[in-house]
Amino acid sequence: MEIDPFIFRLSIFILSIFVGYYVVWSVTPSLHTPLMSVTNAISSVIIVGAIIAALAGSSENIFDKANIFGYMAIVLAAVNIFGGFLVTQRMLAMYKKKKKGKK
Amino acid sequence: MISANLSAIFYLISGVLFILALRGLSSPETSRQGNFFGILGMLIAITVTLLSIGNFSTGFLYLLIFFLIGGSIGAFIAFKIPMTAMPELVAGFHSLVGLAAVFVAISAFLNPEIFNLGSIGAIKIASLIEMSLGASIGAITFTGSIIAFLKLRGIMSGSPITFVGQHLINLLLGLSIVVIIFYLCKLQSELLFWCIIAISLLIGILLIIPIGGADMPVVISMLNSYSGWAAAGIGFTLENTALIITGALVGSSGAILSYIMCKGMNRSFFSVILGGFGASEQSSELKNKDQRPVKSGNADDAAFLMKNASSVIIVPGYGMAVAQAQHALREMVDTLKKNDIKVSYAIHPVAGRMPGHMNVLLAEANVPYDEVFELDEINNDFANADVAFVIGANDVTNPVAKTDPQSPIYGMPVLDVEKCKSVLFVKRSLSPGYAGIDNELFYKENTLMLFDDAKKMTEEITKNL
Repeated sequence: MEIDPFIFRLSIFILSIFVGYYVVWSVTPSLHTPLMSVTNAISSVIIVGAIIAALAGSSENIFDKANIFGYMAIVLAAVNIFGGFLVTQRMLAMYKKKKKGKK
Repeated sequence: MISANLSAIFYLISGVLFILALRGLSSPETSRQGNFFGILGMLIAITVTLLSIGNFSTGFLYLLIFFLIGGSIGAFIAFKIPMTAMPELVAGFHSLVGLAAVFVAISAFLNPEIFNLGSIGAIKIASLIEMSLGASIGAITFTGSIIAFLKLRGIMSGSPITFVGQHLINLLLGLSIVVIIFYLCKLQSELLFWCIIAISLLIGILLIIPIGGADMPVVISMLNSYSGWAAAGIGFTLENTALIITGALVGSSGAILSYIMCKGMNRSFFSVILGGFGASEQSSELKNKDQRPVKSGNADDAAFLMKNASSVIIVPGYGMAVAQAQHALREMVDTLKKNDIKVSYAIHPVAGRMPGHMNVLLAEANVPYDEVFELDEINNDFANADVAFVIGANDVTNPVAKTDPQSPIYGMPVLDVEKCKSVLFVKRSLSPGYAGIDNELFYKENTLMLFDDAKKMTEEITKNL
Protein backbone atom coordinates (compact mmCIF):
# COMPACT_ATOMS: atom_id res chain seq x y z
CA MET A 1 0.00 0.00 0.00
CA GLU A 2 1.29 3.44 -0.93
CA ILE A 3 1.77 6.18 1.62
CA ASP A 4 -0.63 9.08 1.27
CA PRO A 5 1.25 12.28 0.21
CA PHE A 6 -0.50 14.00 3.12
CA ILE A 7 1.74 12.04 5.47
CA PHE A 8 4.81 13.51 3.78
CA ARG A 9 3.45 17.02 4.17
CA LEU A 10 2.63 16.31 7.79
CA SER A 11 6.22 15.13 8.30
CA ILE A 12 7.55 18.34 6.81
CA PHE A 13 5.20 20.31 9.05
CA ILE A 14 6.20 18.54 12.26
CA LEU A 15 9.91 18.71 11.49
CA SER A 16 9.61 22.41 10.65
CA ILE A 17 8.02 23.06 14.01
CA PHE A 18 11.10 21.56 15.63
CA VAL A 19 13.43 23.53 13.38
CA GLY A 20 11.48 26.65 14.28
CA TYR A 21 11.67 25.83 17.96
CA TYR A 22 15.47 25.58 18.00
CA VAL A 23 16.08 28.44 15.61
CA VAL A 24 13.84 30.85 17.50
CA TRP A 25 15.37 30.01 20.89
CA SER A 26 18.72 31.05 19.46
CA VAL A 27 17.40 34.48 18.49
CA THR A 28 18.87 37.11 20.78
CA PRO A 29 16.19 38.81 22.94
CA SER A 30 17.23 42.25 21.72
CA LEU A 31 16.08 41.26 18.23
CA HIS A 32 12.65 39.99 19.25
CA THR A 33 10.83 42.89 17.65
CA PRO A 34 12.54 42.39 14.26
CA LEU A 35 11.81 38.66 14.68
CA MET A 36 8.10 39.45 14.87
CA SER A 37 8.14 41.73 11.87
CA VAL A 38 10.13 39.29 9.75
CA THR A 39 7.98 36.29 10.67
CA ASN A 40 5.08 38.48 9.71
CA ALA A 41 6.66 39.19 6.34
CA ILE A 42 7.47 35.56 5.56
CA SER A 43 4.04 34.30 6.56
CA SER A 44 2.80 36.45 3.69
CA VAL A 45 4.11 33.72 1.41
CA ILE A 46 0.41 32.89 1.52
CA ILE A 47 0.39 35.17 -1.54
CA VAL A 48 1.26 31.99 -3.44
CA GLY A 49 -2.28 30.77 -2.82
CA ALA A 50 -3.68 34.19 -3.69
CA ILE A 51 -1.88 34.18 -7.04
CA ILE A 52 -3.25 30.75 -7.93
CA ALA A 53 -6.72 31.86 -6.89
CA ALA A 54 -6.50 35.02 -8.98
CA LEU A 55 -4.91 33.65 -12.14
CA ALA A 56 -5.90 30.02 -12.54
CA GLY A 57 -9.20 29.13 -14.04
CA SER A 58 -10.77 30.27 -17.25
CA SER A 59 -9.16 33.35 -18.77
CA GLU A 60 -12.37 34.79 -20.26
CA ASN A 61 -13.84 35.50 -16.87
CA ILE A 62 -11.03 37.07 -14.90
CA PHE A 63 -13.31 38.62 -12.32
CA ASP A 64 -15.10 35.52 -11.16
CA LYS A 65 -16.11 35.43 -7.49
CA ALA A 66 -13.18 33.20 -6.55
CA ASN A 67 -10.71 35.35 -8.48
CA ILE A 68 -11.82 38.53 -6.74
CA PHE A 69 -10.98 37.01 -3.35
CA GLY A 70 -7.62 36.07 -4.84
CA TYR A 71 -6.93 39.64 -5.94
CA MET A 72 -7.95 41.02 -2.55
CA ALA A 73 -5.64 38.57 -0.83
CA ILE A 74 -2.83 39.68 -3.16
CA VAL A 75 -3.22 43.30 -2.06
CA LEU A 76 -3.20 42.33 1.63
CA ALA A 77 -0.22 40.00 1.31
CA ALA A 78 1.70 42.57 -0.75
CA VAL A 79 1.22 45.21 1.97
CA ASN A 80 2.71 42.72 4.40
CA ILE A 81 5.58 41.58 2.23
CA PHE A 82 6.83 45.06 1.44
CA GLY A 83 5.90 46.52 4.81
CA GLY A 84 7.28 43.60 6.80
CA PHE A 85 10.64 43.25 5.07
CA LEU A 86 11.24 46.99 4.76
CA VAL A 87 10.44 47.80 8.36
CA THR A 88 12.67 44.91 9.46
CA GLN A 89 15.42 46.26 7.26
CA ARG A 90 14.94 49.69 8.79
CA MET A 91 15.17 48.36 12.33
CA LEU A 92 18.18 46.16 11.66
CA ALA A 93 20.01 49.06 10.03
CA MET A 94 19.77 50.89 13.35
CA TYR A 95 21.45 48.03 15.17
CA LYS A 96 24.19 48.14 12.55
CA LYS A 97 25.02 51.83 12.72
CA LYS A 98 25.72 51.81 16.41
CA LYS A 99 28.36 49.15 16.35
CA LYS A 100 30.26 51.05 13.70
CA GLY A 101 29.75 54.42 15.34
CA LYS A 102 31.15 53.07 18.57
CA LYS A 103 34.35 51.64 17.20
CA MET B 1 5.20 26.50 -17.59
CA ILE B 2 7.43 24.49 -15.28
CA SER B 3 6.71 21.03 -13.96
CA ALA B 4 5.09 20.44 -10.61
CA ASN B 5 8.15 18.61 -9.34
CA LEU B 6 10.51 21.43 -10.26
CA SER B 7 8.31 24.04 -8.62
CA ALA B 8 8.07 21.87 -5.50
CA ILE B 9 11.88 21.90 -5.31
CA PHE B 10 11.89 25.68 -5.57
CA TYR B 11 9.24 25.96 -2.84
CA LEU B 12 11.48 23.82 -0.66
CA ILE B 13 14.40 26.17 -1.37
CA SER B 14 12.37 29.18 -0.38
CA GLY B 15 11.31 27.36 2.79
CA VAL B 16 14.97 26.79 3.65
CA LEU B 17 15.76 30.44 2.95
CA PHE B 18 13.04 31.43 5.43
CA ILE B 19 14.67 29.23 8.07
CA LEU B 20 17.98 31.00 7.37
CA ALA B 21 16.21 34.35 7.68
CA LEU B 22 15.24 33.53 11.25
CA ARG B 23 18.61 31.96 11.95
CA GLY B 24 20.29 35.24 10.99
CA LEU B 25 18.56 36.99 13.88
CA SER B 26 20.75 35.14 16.38
CA SER B 27 23.05 38.17 16.35
CA PRO B 28 22.78 41.74 15.06
CA GLU B 29 25.77 41.20 12.73
CA THR B 30 24.14 38.41 10.73
CA SER B 31 20.63 39.78 10.94
CA ARG B 32 20.67 41.92 7.81
CA GLN B 33 21.92 39.00 5.76
CA GLY B 34 19.07 36.98 7.24
CA ASN B 35 16.54 39.53 6.11
CA PHE B 36 18.02 39.35 2.63
CA PHE B 37 17.52 35.55 2.63
CA GLY B 38 13.90 36.14 3.57
CA ILE B 39 13.37 38.52 0.67
CA LEU B 40 15.08 36.08 -1.70
CA GLY B 41 12.88 33.23 -0.50
CA MET B 42 9.76 35.31 -1.08
CA LEU B 43 10.95 36.31 -4.56
CA ILE B 44 11.56 32.67 -5.50
CA ALA B 45 8.17 31.56 -4.21
CA ILE B 46 6.30 34.26 -6.13
CA THR B 47 8.24 33.77 -9.37
CA VAL B 48 7.84 30.00 -9.32
CA THR B 49 4.12 30.31 -8.73
CA LEU B 50 3.72 32.68 -11.68
CA LEU B 51 5.80 30.43 -13.92
CA SER B 52 3.96 27.27 -12.93
CA ILE B 53 0.61 28.83 -13.78
CA GLY B 54 2.12 30.23 -16.96
CA ASN B 55 -0.82 32.52 -17.56
CA PHE B 56 0.47 35.93 -18.57
CA SER B 57 -2.76 37.29 -20.06
CA THR B 58 -4.88 40.21 -18.85
CA GLY B 59 -5.25 38.60 -15.46
CA PHE B 60 -1.51 38.83 -14.91
CA LEU B 61 -1.63 42.56 -15.62
CA TYR B 62 -4.31 43.03 -12.97
CA LEU B 63 -2.29 40.91 -10.58
CA LEU B 64 0.71 43.13 -11.10
CA ILE B 65 -1.35 46.26 -10.50
CA PHE B 66 -2.86 44.88 -7.29
CA PHE B 67 0.54 43.69 -6.13
CA LEU B 68 2.05 47.12 -6.68
CA ILE B 69 -0.86 48.88 -4.97
CA GLY B 70 -0.41 46.70 -1.89
CA GLY B 71 3.35 46.95 -2.11
CA SER B 72 3.42 50.74 -2.20
CA ILE B 73 1.04 50.97 0.73
CA GLY B 74 3.29 48.60 2.67
CA ALA B 75 6.48 50.43 1.72
CA PHE B 76 4.94 53.78 2.61
CA ILE B 77 3.91 52.52 6.05
CA ALA B 78 7.32 50.90 6.62
CA PHE B 79 9.16 54.15 6.01
CA LYS B 80 6.74 56.45 7.82
CA ILE B 81 6.02 54.50 10.99
CA PRO B 82 7.71 55.82 14.15
CA MET B 83 9.53 53.14 16.15
CA THR B 84 7.33 53.77 19.18
CA ALA B 85 4.38 52.54 17.11
CA MET B 86 5.93 49.15 16.27
CA PRO B 87 3.53 47.14 18.48
CA GLU B 88 0.43 48.42 16.72
CA LEU B 89 2.10 48.09 13.32
CA VAL B 90 2.88 44.43 13.96
CA ALA B 91 -0.66 43.85 15.25
CA GLY B 92 -2.01 45.50 12.12
CA PHE B 93 0.16 43.36 9.88
CA HIS B 94 -1.00 40.21 11.64
CA SER B 95 -4.58 41.11 10.89
CA LEU B 96 -3.71 41.32 7.18
CA VAL B 97 -2.11 37.87 7.14
CA GLY B 98 -5.19 36.49 8.88
CA LEU B 99 -7.57 38.09 6.40
CA ALA B 100 -5.47 36.99 3.42
CA ALA B 101 -5.66 33.40 4.73
CA VAL B 102 -9.44 33.71 4.96
CA PHE B 103 -9.68 35.05 1.40
CA VAL B 104 -7.51 32.29 -0.03
CA ALA B 105 -9.57 29.68 1.80
CA ILE B 106 -12.79 31.20 0.46
CA SER B 107 -11.58 31.15 -3.13
CA ALA B 108 -10.36 27.58 -2.69
CA PHE B 109 -13.83 26.65 -1.48
CA LEU B 110 -15.60 28.49 -4.31
CA ASN B 111 -13.29 27.24 -7.03
CA PRO B 112 -11.78 23.93 -5.88
CA GLU B 113 -10.90 22.73 -9.40
CA ILE B 114 -8.01 25.17 -9.85
CA PHE B 115 -6.42 23.96 -6.63
CA ASN B 116 -6.97 20.27 -7.53
CA LEU B 117 -9.21 19.75 -4.54
CA GLY B 118 -12.11 18.11 -6.35
CA SER B 119 -15.17 19.93 -7.67
CA ILE B 120 -17.84 22.12 -6.12
CA GLY B 121 -20.04 20.00 -3.91
CA ALA B 122 -17.47 17.18 -3.95
CA ILE B 123 -14.40 18.65 -2.33
CA LYS B 124 -12.05 16.14 -0.75
CA ILE B 125 -12.78 15.71 2.95
CA ALA B 126 -9.16 16.28 4.02
CA SER B 127 -9.00 19.50 2.00
CA LEU B 128 -12.27 20.71 3.50
CA ILE B 129 -10.94 20.21 7.02
CA GLU B 130 -7.65 21.92 6.17
CA MET B 131 -9.25 24.94 4.54
CA SER B 132 -11.85 25.28 7.31
CA LEU B 133 -9.12 25.28 9.93
CA GLY B 134 -7.05 27.76 7.89
CA ALA B 135 -10.05 30.05 7.42
CA SER B 136 -11.10 29.76 11.05
CA ILE B 137 -7.68 30.50 12.55
CA GLY B 138 -7.18 33.24 9.95
CA ALA B 139 -10.47 34.88 10.92
CA ILE B 140 -9.62 34.71 14.64
CA THR B 141 -6.23 36.27 13.89
CA PHE B 142 -7.91 38.99 11.84
CA THR B 143 -10.42 40.29 14.37
CA GLY B 144 -8.15 39.53 17.34
CA SER B 145 -5.36 41.62 15.84
CA ILE B 146 -7.76 44.45 15.02
CA ILE B 147 -8.81 44.60 18.68
CA ALA B 148 -5.15 44.45 19.77
CA PHE B 149 -4.36 47.23 17.29
CA LEU B 150 -7.19 49.43 18.60
CA LYS B 151 -6.08 48.88 22.20
CA LEU B 152 -2.43 49.63 21.44
CA ARG B 153 -3.35 52.74 19.45
CA GLY B 154 -5.45 53.91 22.38
CA ILE B 155 -8.58 54.11 20.18
CA MET B 156 -10.06 51.48 22.45
CA SER B 157 -9.50 51.54 26.21
CA GLY B 158 -6.68 49.24 27.34
CA SER B 159 -8.63 48.08 30.35
CA PRO B 160 -10.06 44.57 30.21
CA ILE B 161 -13.69 44.20 29.15
CA THR B 162 -15.25 41.28 30.97
CA PHE B 163 -18.78 39.99 31.36
CA VAL B 164 -20.43 37.04 33.02
CA GLY B 165 -20.19 33.74 31.17
CA GLN B 166 -17.49 35.03 28.85
CA HIS B 167 -15.40 31.89 28.93
CA LEU B 168 -18.43 29.65 28.58
CA ILE B 169 -19.50 31.53 25.46
CA ASN B 170 -16.02 31.22 23.95
CA LEU B 171 -15.99 27.53 24.71
CA LEU B 172 -19.40 26.98 23.12
CA LEU B 173 -18.43 28.98 20.05
CA GLY B 174 -15.24 26.96 19.71
CA LEU B 175 -17.15 23.68 19.99
CA SER B 176 -19.76 24.85 17.50
CA ILE B 177 -16.99 25.35 14.93
CA VAL B 178 -15.89 21.75 15.35
CA VAL B 179 -19.49 20.58 14.89
CA ILE B 180 -20.00 22.77 11.82
CA ILE B 181 -16.79 21.49 10.21
CA PHE B 182 -18.11 17.97 10.75
CA TYR B 183 -21.38 18.78 8.99
CA LEU B 184 -19.57 20.73 6.29
CA CYS B 185 -17.70 17.56 5.38
CA LYS B 186 -20.99 15.69 5.10
CA LEU B 187 -23.13 18.33 3.37
CA GLN B 188 -20.55 20.44 1.48
CA SER B 189 -22.83 23.42 2.05
CA GLU B 190 -21.52 26.88 1.25
CA LEU B 191 -23.63 28.40 4.01
CA LEU B 192 -21.89 26.30 6.66
CA PHE B 193 -18.51 27.48 5.38
CA TRP B 194 -19.59 31.11 5.81
CA CYS B 195 -20.86 30.25 9.30
CA ILE B 196 -17.41 28.98 10.30
CA ILE B 197 -15.86 32.26 9.19
CA ALA B 198 -18.49 34.40 10.92
CA ILE B 199 -18.21 32.54 14.23
CA SER B 200 -14.41 32.66 14.08
CA LEU B 201 -14.50 36.42 13.52
CA LEU B 202 -16.62 36.70 16.66
CA ILE B 203 -14.26 34.48 18.67
CA GLY B 204 -11.33 36.70 17.70
CA ILE B 205 -13.07 39.72 19.21
CA LEU B 206 -14.24 37.94 22.37
CA LEU B 207 -10.81 36.41 22.93
CA ILE B 208 -8.90 39.69 23.02
CA ILE B 209 -11.29 42.20 24.66
CA PRO B 210 -10.80 40.81 28.20
CA ILE B 211 -7.01 41.20 27.98
CA GLY B 212 -5.49 44.32 29.48
CA GLY B 213 -2.92 46.75 28.12
CA ALA B 214 0.20 45.46 29.85
CA ASP B 215 -0.55 41.90 28.75
CA MET B 216 -0.24 43.03 25.15
CA PRO B 217 3.24 41.49 24.69
CA VAL B 218 1.65 38.08 25.20
CA VAL B 219 -1.29 38.87 22.94
CA ILE B 220 0.86 40.09 20.06
CA SER B 221 3.10 37.02 20.30
CA MET B 222 0.07 34.78 20.44
CA LEU B 223 -1.52 36.36 17.36
CA ASN B 224 1.84 36.03 15.63
CA SER B 225 1.66 32.33 16.36
CA TYR B 226 -1.95 32.09 15.12
CA SER B 227 -1.12 33.76 11.82
CA GLY B 228 1.51 31.05 11.33
CA TRP B 229 -0.91 28.20 12.02
CA ALA B 230 -3.43 29.76 9.63
CA ALA B 231 -0.77 29.89 6.90
CA ALA B 232 0.15 26.27 7.59
CA GLY B 233 -3.50 25.22 7.28
CA ILE B 234 -3.72 26.89 3.88
CA GLY B 235 -0.35 25.32 3.01
CA PHE B 236 -1.84 21.86 3.52
CA THR B 237 -4.82 22.76 1.34
CA LEU B 238 -2.59 24.03 -1.46
CA GLU B 239 -0.09 21.20 -0.95
CA ASN B 240 2.63 23.84 -0.85
CA THR B 241 5.83 23.10 1.05
CA ALA B 242 6.99 26.72 1.35
CA LEU B 243 3.73 27.64 3.04
CA ILE B 244 3.77 24.61 5.36
CA ILE B 245 7.37 25.27 6.47
CA THR B 246 6.74 28.97 6.96
CA GLY B 247 3.54 28.36 8.85
CA ALA B 248 5.30 25.97 11.22
CA LEU B 249 8.21 28.39 11.74
CA VAL B 250 6.00 31.37 12.46
CA GLY B 251 3.67 29.32 14.60
CA SER B 252 6.43 28.04 16.85
CA SER B 253 8.16 31.42 16.90
CA GLY B 254 5.04 33.15 18.21
CA ALA B 255 4.46 30.37 20.72
CA ILE B 256 7.99 30.68 22.11
CA LEU B 257 7.69 34.46 22.38
CA SER B 258 4.38 34.09 24.25
CA TYR B 259 6.07 31.66 26.61
CA ILE B 260 8.99 34.04 27.25
CA MET B 261 6.59 36.91 27.90
CA CYS B 262 4.46 34.87 30.30
CA LYS B 263 7.54 33.78 32.17
CA GLY B 264 8.65 37.42 32.40
CA MET B 265 5.40 38.13 34.26
CA ASN B 266 5.31 34.85 36.18
CA ARG B 267 1.82 34.23 34.84
CA SER B 268 0.49 31.17 33.13
CA PHE B 269 -0.53 31.50 29.52
CA PHE B 270 -4.11 30.65 30.45
CA SER B 271 -4.42 33.27 33.14
CA VAL B 272 -3.42 35.90 30.59
CA ILE B 273 -5.82 34.59 27.98
CA LEU B 274 -8.65 34.31 30.48
CA GLY B 275 -8.40 38.00 31.14
CA GLY B 276 -7.09 40.96 33.11
CA PHE B 277 -5.45 41.22 36.48
CA GLY B 278 -8.90 40.95 37.99
CA ALA B 279 -10.78 42.93 40.60
CA SER B 280 -9.17 41.54 43.76
CA GLU B 281 -6.10 43.70 43.27
CA GLN B 282 -8.17 46.86 43.38
CA SER B 283 -8.69 46.42 47.12
CA SER B 284 -4.99 46.16 47.90
CA GLU B 285 -4.51 49.38 46.00
CA LEU B 286 -7.11 51.12 48.14
CA LYS B 287 -5.59 49.76 51.34
CA ASN B 288 -2.29 51.37 50.57
CA LYS B 289 -3.84 54.68 49.68
CA ASP B 290 -2.84 56.26 53.01
CA GLN B 291 -0.09 58.70 52.25
CA ARG B 292 3.38 57.54 53.11
CA PRO B 293 6.27 59.95 52.88
CA VAL B 294 8.37 59.93 49.76
CA LYS B 295 11.43 61.93 48.97
CA SER B 296 11.02 63.95 45.85
CA GLY B 297 13.62 66.00 44.09
CA ASN B 298 14.25 68.05 41.01
CA ALA B 299 16.56 67.79 38.03
CA ASP B 300 19.30 69.56 39.93
CA ASP B 301 19.39 66.92 42.67
CA ALA B 302 19.36 64.13 40.11
CA ALA B 303 22.21 65.69 38.16
CA PHE B 304 24.22 66.07 41.35
CA LEU B 305 23.75 62.42 42.30
CA MET B 306 24.71 61.18 38.86
CA LYS B 307 27.71 63.46 38.52
CA ASN B 308 29.17 61.92 41.67
CA ALA B 309 28.47 58.36 40.63
CA SER B 310 30.91 56.08 38.91
CA SER B 311 28.35 53.71 37.44
CA VAL B 312 24.74 54.26 36.43
CA ILE B 313 22.19 51.68 35.33
CA ILE B 314 19.21 52.84 33.29
CA VAL B 315 15.92 50.98 33.56
CA PRO B 316 13.58 51.98 30.73
CA GLY B 317 9.93 51.00 30.48
CA TYR B 318 6.79 51.65 28.54
CA GLY B 319 6.57 55.20 29.94
CA MET B 320 9.74 56.07 28.05
CA ALA B 321 8.09 55.04 24.81
CA VAL B 322 4.97 57.05 25.60
CA ALA B 323 7.00 60.16 26.38
CA GLN B 324 9.27 59.55 23.34
CA ALA B 325 12.16 60.12 25.73
CA GLN B 326 14.70 57.72 24.18
CA HIS B 327 16.64 60.41 22.31
CA ALA B 328 16.75 62.75 25.30
CA LEU B 329 17.91 59.80 27.38
CA ARG B 330 20.74 59.04 24.99
CA GLU B 331 21.90 62.66 25.16
CA MET B 332 21.92 62.50 28.93
CA VAL B 333 23.95 59.29 28.79
CA ASP B 334 26.41 60.86 26.35
CA THR B 335 27.03 63.65 28.82
CA LEU B 336 27.50 61.15 31.63
CA LYS B 337 29.98 59.19 29.56
CA LYS B 338 31.97 62.32 28.89
CA ASN B 339 32.39 62.54 32.66
CA ASP B 340 33.78 58.99 32.71
CA ILE B 341 30.70 57.47 34.25
CA LYS B 342 29.96 53.89 33.26
CA VAL B 343 26.43 53.54 31.93
CA SER B 344 24.48 50.40 31.06
CA TYR B 345 20.84 49.67 30.32
CA ALA B 346 18.77 46.96 32.00
CA ILE B 347 15.82 45.62 30.05
CA HIS B 348 13.10 43.54 31.67
CA PRO B 349 11.61 40.90 29.34
CA VAL B 350 8.16 42.48 29.45
CA ALA B 351 9.20 46.14 29.36
CA GLY B 352 7.13 47.87 26.71
CA ARG B 353 4.22 46.54 24.73
CA MET B 354 5.92 43.84 22.65
CA PRO B 355 8.95 41.56 22.90
CA GLY B 356 12.15 43.54 22.35
CA HIS B 357 10.29 46.85 22.22
CA MET B 358 12.78 48.74 24.43
CA ASN B 359 15.77 47.38 22.50
CA VAL B 360 14.44 48.78 19.24
CA LEU B 361 13.73 52.18 20.76
CA LEU B 362 17.24 52.38 22.24
CA ALA B 363 18.68 51.22 18.93
CA GLU B 364 16.76 53.99 17.23
CA ALA B 365 18.35 56.50 19.58
CA ASN B 366 21.78 55.14 18.57
CA VAL B 367 22.48 53.36 21.83
CA PRO B 368 25.14 50.69 21.10
CA TYR B 369 23.55 47.28 21.57
CA ASP B 370 26.46 46.02 23.65
CA GLU B 371 25.50 48.47 26.40
CA VAL B 372 22.02 46.99 26.65
CA PHE B 373 21.54 43.96 28.91
CA GLU B 374 18.78 41.49 29.70
CA LEU B 375 17.51 40.90 33.20
CA ASP B 376 19.65 37.80 33.88
CA GLU B 377 22.81 39.42 32.59
CA ILE B 378 22.68 42.57 34.66
CA ASN B 379 20.68 41.83 37.79
CA ASN B 380 23.77 41.17 39.92
CA ASP B 381 25.32 44.48 38.91
CA PHE B 382 22.75 46.61 40.71
CA ALA B 383 24.42 45.95 44.06
CA ASN B 384 27.65 47.48 42.76
CA ALA B 385 26.09 50.41 40.90
CA ASP B 386 25.80 53.88 42.38
CA VAL B 387 22.66 55.11 40.70
CA ALA B 388 19.69 53.38 39.08
CA PHE B 389 17.72 55.64 36.79
CA VAL B 390 14.21 54.23 36.34
CA ILE B 391 12.43 55.89 33.46
CA GLY B 392 8.91 54.81 32.62
CA ALA B 393 9.14 51.42 34.30
CA ASN B 394 7.26 50.51 37.45
CA ASP B 395 5.99 47.01 38.28
CA VAL B 396 9.15 45.37 36.93
CA THR B 397 11.18 47.06 39.68
CA ASN B 398 8.82 46.35 42.58
CA PRO B 399 10.67 44.46 45.35
CA VAL B 400 7.31 43.22 46.65
CA ALA B 401 7.50 40.52 43.97
CA LYS B 402 10.30 38.95 46.01
CA THR B 403 9.04 39.55 49.54
CA ASP B 404 5.25 39.48 49.76
CA PRO B 405 3.55 36.18 48.87
CA GLN B 406 0.17 37.97 49.07
CA SER B 407 1.06 40.30 46.24
CA PRO B 408 -0.44 39.58 42.82
CA ILE B 409 2.98 39.94 41.24
CA TYR B 410 4.72 37.68 43.75
CA GLY B 411 7.25 35.44 41.98
CA MET B 412 7.59 37.64 38.95
CA PRO B 413 11.26 38.17 38.09
CA VAL B 414 12.11 41.81 38.86
CA LEU B 415 15.14 44.01 38.47
CA ASP B 416 16.97 44.41 41.80
CA VAL B 417 16.91 48.17 41.53
CA GLU B 418 16.63 48.68 45.30
CA LYS B 419 20.14 47.28 45.80
CA CYS B 420 21.64 50.36 44.18
CA LYS B 421 23.14 53.02 46.43
CA SER B 422 20.53 55.45 45.19
CA VAL B 423 17.52 55.17 42.94
CA LEU B 424 16.15 57.93 40.74
CA PHE B 425 12.58 57.29 39.73
CA VAL B 426 11.13 59.41 36.94
CA LYS B 427 7.37 59.26 37.07
CA ARG B 428 4.49 61.62 36.60
CA SER B 429 2.75 60.77 39.86
CA LEU B 430 2.66 58.16 42.60
CA SER B 431 -0.10 56.26 40.83
CA PRO B 432 0.35 52.48 40.85
CA GLY B 433 1.42 50.60 37.75
CA TYR B 434 -0.61 48.25 35.65
CA ALA B 435 -0.79 45.56 38.31
CA GLY B 436 -2.62 48.09 40.48
CA ILE B 437 -0.25 47.80 43.41
CA ASP B 438 1.97 50.26 45.15
CA ASN B 439 5.66 50.10 44.41
CA GLU B 440 7.62 49.68 47.67
CA LEU B 441 10.54 51.27 45.94
CA PHE B 442 8.89 54.70 46.13
CA TYR B 443 9.20 54.77 49.91
CA LYS B 444 12.73 53.48 50.30
CA GLU B 445 15.27 55.59 52.09
CA ASN B 446 17.55 55.76 49.07
CA THR B 447 14.89 56.56 46.48
CA LEU B 448 14.45 60.01 45.02
CA MET B 449 11.25 60.57 43.07
CA LEU B 450 11.41 62.91 40.10
CA PHE B 451 7.85 63.93 39.33
CA ASP B 452 7.67 65.08 35.74
CA ASP B 453 7.26 64.03 32.14
CA ALA B 454 10.09 61.58 31.32
CA LYS B 455 11.38 63.53 28.35
CA LYS B 456 11.23 66.94 30.02
CA MET B 457 12.95 65.66 33.16
CA THR B 458 15.73 63.95 31.21
CA GLU B 459 16.41 67.11 29.23
CA GLU B 460 16.49 69.15 32.43
CA ILE B 461 18.99 66.77 34.00
CA THR B 462 21.26 66.99 30.96
CA LYS B 463 21.23 70.77 31.24
CA ASN B 464 22.24 70.53 34.88
CA LEU B 465 25.04 68.04 34.42
